[in-house]
Amino acid sequence: MKQLWNNVLMRIAKKPSSIQVLSSLLAIVFGMLFGLIVMIIVNPVDAFPGFFTILTGPFQAGLRSFGNMFYRATPIIFTGLSVAFAFRTGLFNIGATGQFTIGAFIAVYIGVHWGFLGPLHWSVAILFALIGGGLWGALPGILKAYRNVHEVVSSIMLNYVAMYLMILLVKETVFFAHHARSLAIEPSAELPKWGLDILFPGSSINIGIFIAILFVAAVHIILNKTTFGYELQSVGFNKNAAKYAGMNEKRNIVLSMTIAGAIAGAGGAVFFLVGGRYLHVNAVLMQEGFTGIAVALLGLSAPIGVLLAGIFYGFLELGGLFLQGFDFTREIINIIIAVIIYFSALSLFMQKFVASYISKKVKEDIEISEGVDMK
Amino acid sequence: MDYVIEMIDITKEFPGIKANDKVNFKLKKQEIHALLGENGAGKSTLMSVLFGLYHADEGSIKVNGKKVEINNPNDANNLNIGMVHQHFKLVHNFTVTENIILGQEDTKRGLLTYSEARKRIKELSERYKLKVDPDAKIEDISVGQQQRVEILKMLYRQAEILIFDEPTASLTPQEIDELMKIMKNLTKEGKSIVLITHKLKEIRQAADRCTILRKGKSINTVVVKDTTNEEMAEMMVGRKVIFELDKTKAKPKETVLHVENLSINAKESVKEVVKNVNFEARRGEILCIAGIEGNGQTELVYGLTGMMPIKQGKIMINGEDISGLSIRKRSLGGLSHIPEDRQKHGLILDFPMEYNLILQSYFSSAFQHRGFMKFDAIRQHAEKLIERFDIRSSRGPVSLARSMSGGNQQKAILGREIDRNNDLLIAVQPTRGLDVGAIEFIHKQLIDQRDQGKAVLLVSLELDEVMNLSDRILVMYEGELVGELDPDKIDEKELGLYMAGSKRGDAS
Repeated sequence: MKQLWNNVLMRIAKKPSSIQVLSSLLAIVFGMLFGLIVMIIVNPVDAFPGFFTILTGPFQAGLRSFGNMFYRATPIIFTGLSVAFAFRTGLFNIGATGQFTIGAFIAVYIGVHWGFLGPLHWSVAILFALIGGGLWGALPGILKAYRNVHEVVSSIMLNYVAMYLMILLVKETVFFAHHARSLAIEPSAELPKWGLDILFPGSSINIGIFIAILFVAAVHIILNKTTFGYELQSVGFNKNAAKYAGMNEKRNIVLSMTIAGAIAGAGGAVFFLVGGRYLHVNAVLMQEGFTGIAVALLGLSAPIGVLLAGIFYGFLELGGLFLQGFDFTREIINIIIAVIIYFSALSLFMQKFVASYISKKVKEDIEISEGVDMK
Repeated sequence: MDYVIEMIDITKEFPGIKANDKVNFKLKKQEIHALLGENGAGKSTLMSVLFGLYHADEGSIKVNGKKVEINNPNDANNLNIGMVHQHFKLVHNFTVTENIILGQEDTKRGLLTYSEARKRIKELSERYKLKVDPDAKIEDISVGQQQRVEILKMLYRQAEILIFDEPTASLTPQEIDELMKIMKNLTKEGKSIVLITHKLKEIRQAADRCTILRKGKSINTVVVKDTTNEEMAEMMVGRKVIFELDKTKAKPKETVLHVENLSINAKESVKEVVKNVNFEARRGEILCIAGIEGNGQTELVYGLTGMMPIKQGKIMINGEDISGLSIRKRSLGGLSHIPEDRQKHGLILDFPMEYNLILQSYFSSAFQHRGFMKFDAIRQHAEKLIERFDIRSSRGPVSLARSMSGGNQQKAILGREIDRNNDLLIAVQPTRGLDVGAIEFIHKQLIDQRDQGKAVLLVSLELDEVMNLSDRILVMYEGELVGELDPDKIDEKELGLYMAGSKRGDAS
């Protein structure tokens, strides 16, 4: 057994990226443990059954829960992907919330008013939301590239602008005053289910998860396989070297932010092109954008990582839902997520910890085996 | 024998590397003891342990025969150990006096008083022959004088043991001579000195004994006057070193680079830092721009390569005006550039080496097809350059540039720029901070380029490099070219006078 463990460690030690993955997993473990401690403090009797419920969330109600897990993960995968894409190109897109909001409004507007599109309805809505989110993301990009305004500052402010703009526009164009929310979208604008409702009976799942996976694949290819991605990452890693190499670093910054914004905008559309979901006119920032930051961190800014982290988020959310069966509030889940974020933000520290543990183990191992050889 | 410092079996390990491995180092009273070694040999780590910046994993330190624990620089100060850092730690808009007393100010009823301090500084500077005006502002005095302020700072804190970390890096030959005199004076007055360096000439000039480190281990401690330079170099590198460059006389041919009335302003300022410069670089010669750091060489290169706009003038390559072209057009139009700062400009440290080797050519049809990268071609290209330029790294083409040693990083840049096969190669400080082996290699490659009929424009601060490598020298001082010299006809002293601005000739 110990031999096996050491073999695993040896293998990990050879690949630096696996150390990062391991530290992400450790962050999750620490987050969960911390959550358990909080639960024990709050309600010692129900703590362990409650914790068990979190761990087994999607298995509680079979396929229905699995469907809902994917459904909840979908918008977070979009915003996480948006943030991760920006990270990879050296930018911090804290404005995913604003871009998401803009995308959401455009989708709802088209969903309500452009019924004439017929079968093309939902896809056109997504397309325009994508464009809208992209333009909204381009703004901080332009400010950063040409006026040296830090994208964090400008996009935080644009989050609020987007929120109030959305409220204003909803009231002007698609308002259902009686319920203080947007009008219902046409059925043709709702994302189809393509049989997923049969596969996962009783769940709210739609093809949004497929679109998310499509985006993940596209971002993966752009970043890792194309010269465009090479250039974007060059600028992100080292602006000066990119300039030395003759790349147009200003244009690349704007493009990066535009693409990040477009992904978040599409996420807003996918989230709201659902029957029974409406835009509300409360002055509250949409949380999906911020959760996206956490998911991007946990997913190590890799598209595939974001997909997995997003699904994990859906898993936790679902667990939180079931947790209410006990004497717990859903906020426990938020605490767990917060701690996980905290630990993944400390990922450098975690990586060091993991790396030093492994190197020690591997060294001991070598010393022991050398000792044996000598005999 | 009386030792003021004994470091016994010092071991310090960083993740993945043993920076010091049972190193022994003993400093006698009133000696100048050189610590010689290549970059990464562990000199700085050893001294950082002594100065309390790092804590050794194993080993012990004795000061004046007594075992001590040094946990931070304050402990070191209390033991009268002082360090003159390679990069001075001075406040630029403070006066000399203010800088020296910083952290140890005298006060009277809560108010600063300078009179006492000024008197002491004056005394110290007279006693140790460290001439400096106590009321001058740091930004107005020369680098050599700034160094004296650093030394005074140590003396003011009653340091008995002074560590000099690569003190000559930014000094002129005259200033270096001065410094050596100052150090000898200090030992006469009872101080003991550790001199960290990788320059044999300075050791010969000043040091009594020399401890040689290689790959974290102390190889030997020798008495300098009984040891030859060759022997010390061999101990440092671990093999025989050839000092003489194998170089034939240049046979310059037609002009490649033609620069006319070029002026450049400092970044975001209207101050002219390159003033009306005219010169030509020809095929088959190494033209060197010599000068002390900060006399406009950096900006000149930025102007030539397009990284900075020019104010006026004309830059032509092979008769074509490139003054208004973008960086990319220049690099495609015949200009290769080994940048001054290899980590800031030359490499993307978080990219694997194979990606770094296509930094200016990733878009060419050799490496991409319809926007998709040709990974096989990129790998082959990297393997070709690795072989040709002997670039060593732990994982070959996929090693992160960050994980590579400075010498190999530089070889990668050199290989990339030479492989692009342009007529003009601008090499700015190509051997800065590299060890002897890498320097040899890079010099050979530059001469090779010259012999293949390229024009090589070398910008260097290292006098040895200037004298040995160049076929023609232009000296830059305060943004102007103040002399054109023939390295065969002048000596380092004279070159130094030009560099310091105290002599002028006519530059073409």
